[in-house]
Amino acid sequence: MRVLLLGSGGLTIGQAGEFDYSGSQAIKALKEEGVGVVLVNPNIATIQTSEGLADRVYFLPLTPHFVGEVIAREKPDGILLGFGGQTALNCGVELHRQGLLERHGCRVLGTPVETVVATEDRELFARRLAELGVPMPKSEAVRTRAEAREAAERIGYPVLVRAAYTLGGLGSGVAKDARALDELAAAALAVSGQLLIERALAGWKEIEYEVLRDRADNCITVCNMENLDPLGIHTGESIVVAPSQTLSNDEYHELRRTAVRTIRSLGVVGECNIQFAVDPRSGEYVAIEVNARLSRSSALASKATGYPLAFVAAKLAIGKLLSEVKNPVTGATSACFEPALDYVVVKVPRWDLGKFRHAERRLGTAMKSVGEVMGIGRSFEEALQKAVRMVSPGLEGLTGFDAGDSDLEVELREPTDRRLLMLAAALEAGWSVERVGELTGIDPWFLHRIQNIVRIERLLDEYALDGLPAGLLREAKRAGFSDAGIGRTVRPPRPAEEVRARRKAEAITPVVKQIDTTAGEFPARTNYLYLTYHGDRSDALDRRAKDAASTVIVLGSGAYRIGSSVEFDWCCVGCIQSLARLGHRTAIVNHNPETVSTDYDVADRLYFEELSVERLLDICELESPLGVVVSMGGQTPNNLALPLARAGVPILGTPPEAIDRAEDRHKFSALLDRLGVDQPRWREAASPDEALAFAREVGYPVLVRPSYVLSGAAMNAAYRDEDLTAFLARAAKVSPEHPVVVSEFVGGAKEIEVDAVARGGEVVAYSLAEHVEFAGVHSGDSVIAIPAQQVFVETVRRIKRITRQIAAGLRITGPFNLQFLARENRIRVIECNLRASRSFPFASKVLRLDFADLATRAMMGAPVEDLSRSMFELDYVGVKAPQFSFARIAGADPVLGMEMASTGEVACFGDDLLEAFLKSLLSVGYRIPEKGVLLSTGTLEEKTKLLPAVRRFAELGLKLYATGGTATFLAAAGIHAEPVAWPLDAAPSTALDLIASGAVDLVLNIPKSIEPDELTNDYLIRRQAVDRGVGLLVNAETAALFAQALARYPLAALKVRAWDEYK
Amino acid sequence: MAAKSSYGVGSMYVPPRKARLVLRDGAVFEGALFGASRAAAGEVVFNTGMVGYPEAITDPSYFGQILALTYPLVGNYGVPSFERDEFGIPRWFESERIQVRGLVVSSYQGEYHHWNAERSLGDWLAREGVPGLFGVDTRALALHLRERGTVPGKIVVDGEPEPAWYDPAAENVVRLVSTREPRTYGAGGPRIALLDCGVKNNIIRCLLRRGASVQVLPWDSDLSSADFDALVLSNGPGDPEMCAEAARGVRALLGGPRPIFGICLGCQLLGLAAGGRTFKLPFGHRGQNQPVLEAATGRWAITSQNHGYALDPASLPEGWEVWFTNGNDGTVEGIRLAGTPHRAVQFHPEAVCGPVDTGYLFDELLADLRGRRD
Repeated sequence: MRVLLLGSGGLTIGQAGEFDYSGSQAIKALKEEGVGVVLVNPNIATIQTSEGLADRVYFLPLTPHFVGEVIAREKPDGILLGFGGQTALNCGVELHRQGLLERHGCRVLGTPVETVVATEDRELFARRLAELGVPMPKSEAVRTRAEAREAAERIGYPVLVRAAYTLGGLGSGVAKDARALDELAAAALAVSGQLLIERALAGWKEIEYEVLRDRADNCITVCNMENLDPLGIHTGESIVVAPSQTLSNDEYHELRRTAVRTIRSLGVVGECNIQFAVDPRSGEYVAIEVNARLSRSSALASKATGYPLAFVAAKLAIGKLLSEVKNPVTGATSACFEPALDYVVVKVPRWDLGKFRHAERRLGTAMKSVGEVMGIGRSFEEALQKAVRMVSPGLEGLTGFDAGDSDLEVELREPTDRRLLMLAAALEAGWSVERVGELTGIDPWFLHRIQNIVRIERLLDEYALDGLPAGLLREAKRAGFSDAGIGRTVRPPRPAEEVRARRKAEAITPVVKQIDTTAGEFPARTNYLYLTYHGDRSDALDRRAKDAASTVIVLGSGAYRIGSSVEFDWCCVGCIQSLARLGHRTAIVNHNPETVSTDYDVADRLYFEELSVERLLDICELESPLGVVVSMGGQTPNNLALPLARAGVPILGTPPEAIDRAEDRHKFSALLDRLGVDQPRWREAASPDEALAFAREVGYPVLVRPSYVLSGAAMNAAYRDEDLTAFLARAAKVSPEHPVVVSEFVGGAKEIEVDAVARGGEVVAYSLAEHVEFAGVHSGDSVIAIPAQQVFVETVRRIKRITRQIAAGLRITGPFNLQFLARENRIRVIECNLRASRSFPFASKVLRLDFADLATRAMMGAPVEDLSRSMFELDYVGVKAPQFSFARIAGADPVLGMEMASTGEVACFGDDLLEAFLKSLLSVGYRIPEKGVLLSTGTLEEKTKLLPAVRRFAELGLKLYATGGTATFLAAAGIHAEPVAWPLDAAPSTALDLIASGAVDLVLNIPKSIEPDELTNDYLIRRQAVDRGVGLLVNAETAALFAQALARYPLAALKVRAWDEYK
Repeated sequence: MAAKSSYGVGSMYVPPRKARLVLRDGAVFEGALFGASRAAAGEVVFNTGMVGYPEAITDPSYFGQILALTYPLVGNYGVPSFERDEFGIPRWFESERIQVRGLVVSSYQGEYHHWNAERSLGDWLAREGVPGLFGVDTRALALHLRERGTVPGKIVVDGEPEPAWYDPAAENVVRLVSTREPRTYGAGGPRIALLDCGVKNNIIRCLLRRGASVQVLPWDSDLSSADFDALVLSNGPGDPEMCAEAARGVRALLGGPRPIFGICLGCQLLGLAAGGRTFKLPFGHRGQNQPVLEAATGRWAITSQNHGYALDPASLPEGWEVWFTNGNDGTVEGIRLAGTPHRAVQFHPEAVCGPVDTGYLFDELLADLRGRRD
């Protein structure tokens, strides 16, 4: 048997790493049954697309065209649609509708398409549930704005507006009146042909169940989860607790019964999620939604319970029964049971709204978070405070947040990404649980628990560390306070080390507990561990596996966020596998439930724990490891290198002092000077005056940022004094302790990136990649090609030389990444990271050279062949493109700049740059334009540069539209473009109407000036394109390449070839 | 230092009152008191369910036991009122009182919230004179019991006399929880005699809701003279061989035309009546996630369970077949006598607390009875 598995493509808000996890589990489950797996997924950073998993991988767009071609070529017996999120499901449903699956004898495995349609089509769904007698909120399906108004009148305001067939609640919202409804309906109808107008159940509890059903109708619920936030906040935006905390037995089991009954009736085979709303005043409930596929919730449920949902779902899809699948955790019992938890987990979403200009920060029914963490504890307080620290490594816990001059009442009533801290702030300010409960709709039980944290903080505040009663210290640790948090609170404040010492003197130390799915009822072989202060003794851990003295601990990436995502999980998993091959016992520390690294079968031991010095010292005391790998999980673990080393933890690879030398601007700069390597001019300014003086000296624009940087966080371009002053006022309290770095911006330069591995300061392998965009676009948002296509041989030679010099200068052992600017053969270094980089999986898969493995071998002193001389003899090109989620962040300006904004990436292969580039762009959602293009092409220089591209668009038969200056410019060049008014013009019809009309399917908007009005005009056009789902290009180099690619490659000419066919 | 507290908490730390759980095998688990401030003794068992503490601790099958809950947060949704349903049965509890000798938890949640809550769990325990112990490493306790087996234990409080060990297996505890006088519920419909060995309220309710009338009889009633359409043998505490007397009464009915349906202890009694034997499980089945397989159909169900003994399948005489088996350890979860309406299940089809997957067994019983009448 051979099956086709569809992945989920580039990570977006609402569809992230959880699908790498579920797809990887599915592949493992299928291979165990001897089933061949063909995978289509352009997300090159995933583990599922790595060698050794699927039998064949296609890095191609997940569109019916490409998937259809793959089916025609591979002739699979069946297709799995449930493991790649909404993308895979939609693609599969479309292929089914086209009759293509049937034509090729390709069966849909698992849940039948009819069932999928019955759960996705809101009207059908409502009808099915009504037949079953399952209560539903009053709702009506509509197709126009007028129908929406009529329905809302019948149901009564406020109403919830939801779009059918979308992911992550896109196009959803609550309307309090007809006007708000009109706006929402217009926006939602832009993304979906069908809307559902529903009774808004404000203040109801939101509860989910994860359900499994096999073909013989055996049906179990694996986990239930409760949202701390009431209905009205998308579950992806909610703080979620498992198991439910506020339901009685009758409520819990009535919902369970309804879940089972509903899923049986719908005919799901495999995994499924059902959501309920429960009235906190009476226990009355309604079913809200069924997702007949693996989801973010199912990934969370898997990690919350230890039950491998995706693994079992894949087995059920190919016809196995629940009872025939072993529970891999106990090794003895079957998968036909329901996990019992003896701990509580708290999921907290991670937002990055601060990275977007104009972004709406209020939370609602549409998802905006980019990642999540899961805290595990034996009390809610313990799990919650862990999660708070996990999600914001700068915080020590829930308390002590300075709400500043925020209006707490507004913050509570209209929650934003900071609402958890605002809750604590209100309770700290003495607000009653009742009042906070009324404003937020959060069940008082949760608020009491938060109040308990506040209570303990108050008590701590009454004591000096020496006089702190041991009982209170223990209670504080049980409530999840960190040593640093306690040290900060006692009077006078003491450093964390002293709290730790005091604690140990009182024998207050954490114990290790296993997550075994049975609450201790059966002996488990589980390696899934967490630490808690609610316990006297640790579980007896399995010591059989290998020699404990060989233990290596790998630090994971933590929450996915902009700039740190699945690519670092790929690096961690690769590192663990490499360590295992070298005979080491491995342990991973990570707390991101969306990851493969936290799957039960990846490392010998999984600590689902905080990536903090305190917790890592606890774990190192338990494990006495040979060493700790800090260089594979991105910046979060990298930042821990020096403090861990100072605390005596052995760090593997490049010495922590060298990491510090690379991270510290002064030290790094001195090194470059010594090596004679060029860099843009910069200055560390301890005052605003100093910053301004330097900016004037080197000339604007300049770049400004604080030291120690993650993906350009808080990096900004300033074009004039006012920008710089505003930035300094907003982003940082500039002082000698907190200086900012101001550096010269080198415009018009090519950006070249090197990913490499060195051993003892000698480079053993490297990859050289070229950015399509000129410098100024964050490397994470750039389109990148390997091998470099348009770089002088001399440039390459010099970059290689500099790379060797830096590797030697810093005595690098392990992974590193360098970024260069090249202009007129002058080469400057702009970044140096002594860790694996975002592009490691991309480089590894294009060059077929496993950088994670090489780096691990280098760090462990294992033999590594020097591969640095024999590369780049490739007959193909790999192009990586960023995946943006602007559509989900209402209001955010979709421009490219110094701040990274993309949430994911894809990469495709082609015979040449253009083919790979076009496939990549199609993979991130661009479509081949067939109607028209709206042009606003920026400065005169860029207008000129884009002229050939515009001509190509015209030659392709696309109708051209252009805003004022651009239309005039084109006319002078002999190209006719229909002039279109700017959005702010007092014209009867503007560019916004043109986009709304559907007459253009591509918008080319190159930001030009920094004048406020022009900015607003451009912003409105860009935003309109995003909101209407029209392809948007904002960079001249990318736009030019796109035009070239379109001219060269019509859709049919793009080759459908598997990865292994590119040799 | 000045007190800064604003909601009634003292400004200084007041430690909770220490107490500990001592097991007869010598193990000691430290904790602190809630509920009644007193010592207690009983057999220590653990339950892995994640909801349902009001139902669990009023389940008479826990009589004489100290119950440890492995789910660490207990008390979240408080305790409901003792209001009675349309049959006059307490709506939210499985009997008229708390049956456990003591309750052991990790984190006790005194600040509860629920629409039907009337008081906190701690208040209720105090009112009924039952001690609670919190702050206990209940996972370590469960692992200990799993490896060493169920064992007598006591909650020991400093400054209070230590109670003597108590082992409910050493006496006939059914006698202590069974009704003294027959009680009748409902009128009309099939007449069910329910032999009360410590019956859970929801068994009665499940029968009544399906249109039966129920006469609840003392455990040692003379069944030969009773007038009924079907006999239901209830759940209950202790070692089934301690109430062999009840089994003897059932034995006389075997082979007769009237349906007999046993639940939990009732299953063991039916097995004993048939001539089988029971044995003590090392640490029992107590939880809401136990998979059972119906042998004849190959269908699985998730069940609620609470028992420390099981039937030895090899001891069952000719004609008796294993109806259900446990998916985890293969023990007997149901028996029936081929060709007769005599059957019993080891799990709890009435649920409460727990999943309601097997409620259909009551439907089948009533359908059978109605079929006979027509």
